[in-house]
Amino acid sequence: MNPHADYVLGLADDALITAQRMGWWISRSPQLEEDVAMANLGLDQLGQARALLTHAGALEGEGRTEDDLAYFRDERDFRNVHLVEREQDDFGVAMARLLLWSAYQTELYAALKQSADETLAAIAAKAVKEVAYHLDHASHWVERLGDGTEESHVRMQAALESEWPYLAELFDGDWVDPALVEQGIAVDPRMLEHPTLATLSRVIESATLTVPEVGPAVGGGRRGLHTEQMGYLLAEMQHLTRSHPGATW
Amino acid sequence: MSTTEWPLWEVFVRSRRGLSHVHAGSLHAPDGEMALRNARDLYTRRQEGVSIWVVRSEDLWASTPDERDSFFDPAIDKIYRHPTFYDVPEGVEHL
Repeated sequence: MNPHADYVLGLADDALITAQRMGWWISRSPQLEEDVAMANLGLDQLGQARALLTHAGALEGEGRTEDDLAYFRDERDFRNVHLVEREQDDFGVAMARLLLWSAYQTELYAALKQSADETLAAIAAKAVKEVAYHLDHASHWVERLGDGTEESHVRMQAALESEWPYLAELFDGDWVDPALVEQGIAVDPRMLEHPTLATLSRVIESATLTVPEVGPAVGGGRRGLHTEQMGYLLAEMQHLTRSHPGATW
Repeated sequence: MSTTEWPLWEVFVRSRRGLSHVHAGSLHAPDGEMALRNARDLYTRRQEGVSIWVVRSEDLWASTPDERDSFFDPAIDKIYRHPTFYDVPEGVEHL
């Protein structure tokens, strides 16, 4: 893939894998109302992923569709960050991750609205409203759990500590071709770190929690190096299409 | 499921400007802000609304079926309360 397609594919895979993890919560949330909320958030992410995958396929120019890219690539060809791919079977962890993720995506899409790539700018303009709501949803939960009972406070802080090491990978600029940034197509991920951290500090402090001071995890998702749980996620996501190629409803 | 049940809220949605809020349904939420958000996710995901009200169900006072006779039947024979004796000018649609 050329650098332009590769960049869009990275953004697409982030959204796709986030959607798959969000979907896990359907029927497993603390309340029925939250089931629907999680499903909505996941579907927003899936919508972003579909548009981005289609665009990445067009930029690559080899005729691959969104389905080809989502279902017929193997683990090493996925470009998503580790933050979004790990299991999240604790609601506090899910909200901590959504907070980190949506704070980042809010800055990302706001910046990409000005992209010289008009398709990418249009996708970002639509998505920025969606992720603003995701940030709102996560913020409200983190504030309620952080400033809730003694038990919920401890668990929410632990959830933040468990997700925080994976934040650094979002701001790693090495995978983006500097030429793309110069041409105004891509956003330099390093530019997103300061505003994202400012948002996170504000929410975490109002939740009576503490911004974690933990070192970054190893990372490598942008180069196709993934955690152990990625394989299981892909198996579940891809097995139907691979077992029955071309199947339709 | 959580052990302590969240309070019940009634949801009213206005489908577009100029219309009234209409009862859409009810839901559980820990507080008003979360009730609004749950209502947004449950009742406006197909563009059903431009405005939402939520109110605690326990704050609503409702008439009961037992009171039907005394509440509503006396209006049956008061036809003079209906504006049916006026001539309606031609071309007036929304009267």
